Amino acid sequence: MSKIVRTMSSLLVLFVFIYGLYIIMHGHLTPGGGFQGGAVFASGVALLIVAFGSNNIHKSLKEHHLSVLESSGALIFIGMAFGGLAIVFFYNFLVGSPIFGHIPPSGPNPGDLWTGGVIPFMNIAVGLKVLAGLSAILLVMALATTIMEVEE
Amino acid sequence: MTEGIPFNVPFLAVAVMVGIAFYIIISQRNLIKLVMGLSILASGVNLFLITLGYREGGVAPIYTHTPAGIMVLPIPQALTLTSIVIAVACLALMLSMVIHIYRHTGSTDSEKSRLMKG
Amino acid sequence: MRKIAMAVSLSIFIGFLIATAFLIHPFGYPPSEMDDYIIENAQSETGANSAVTAVVFDYRGFDTLGEATILFTAVTGVVMLFRKKKREE
Repeated sequence: MSKIVRTMSSLLVLFVFIYGLYIIMHGHLTPGGGFQGGAVFASGVALLIVAFGSNNIHKSLKEHHLSVLESSGALIFIGMAFGGLAIVFFYNFLVGSPIFGHIPPSGPNPGDLWTGGVIPFMNIAVGLKVLAGLSAILLVMALATTIMEVEE
Repeated sequence: MTEGIPFNVPFLAVAVMVGIAFYIIISQRNLIKLVMGLSILASGVNLFLITLGYREGGVAPIYTHTPAGIMVLPIPQALTLTSIVIAVACLALMLSMVIHIYRHTGSTDSEKSRLMKG
Repeated sequence: MRKIAMAVSLSIFIGFLIATAFLIHPFGYPPSEMDDYIIENAQSETGANSAVTAVVFDYRGFDTLGEATILFTAVTGVVMLFRKKKREE
């Protein structure tokens, strides 16, 4: 792609990443959550692949980095589920404790970030999993189709 | 517009979408068009799930800075989230299999890539 | 012969779908007892300000676990299909 496209996309991709992480982190207060924020982050990675070419992106972002991210997201999700095993499998054991444990007043209110119990940790874990998975799918399919064009 | 819609227009739209998707799946031979028909079927089912849970004059079921009023049902929205993610995963697998079939046989016609002939 | 059978079965199926669209409950008045309980008690039991996130991650967290497994399996399948053969080197 030309020089104008490469310069502008490398400036704009930071705003897309921050917007995706904002949607993941505020999942228990506003519409959104882990799945939606991970999809927005993966669309930022798609912008980078289209602007710079998949061979240049593959020099610094290999598949085993993304594999480590996805596996750690799955392990954090299972770990939070096993934490409340004293009562029931998916018990919310952090409501009332000092970490993320405030209880909001009932009815309409301005949101408080420290509420939610186990839910913000689960949002972060699912967000990591979705962004690593969708980025891996995009990178592998872009690499396979450019090599196919060079052979013919 | 205060008495609402006279008869169920969104459910008719879902019936038309599912009918068109089944017609595409039965009658087309190109593989890419088959994948498009399956995607239209998934979108029709997601629309059906969301319109099952609408209450007349309701607001979104979120308590941060919300106007007063009755709220729509939150459970069908949670089921639709799961359904959309599963549709994306199935679409990625189907498209990569279409790429492999094109590399092996050289055409995207489903009649030319049968394994059992006769 | 095959085309006549496909046309007849497709028209019966579409007629069944349109008949269902007219006989289902009127649009805007769903029968709901479980959702009334969730809308009233989601803030005090889970501590989240949003009923949809509380349903996805707390009341029905097991479905989210199954969906994470499906996403993991799909990504593994796609990456496995595009490997290069390195047997000759």
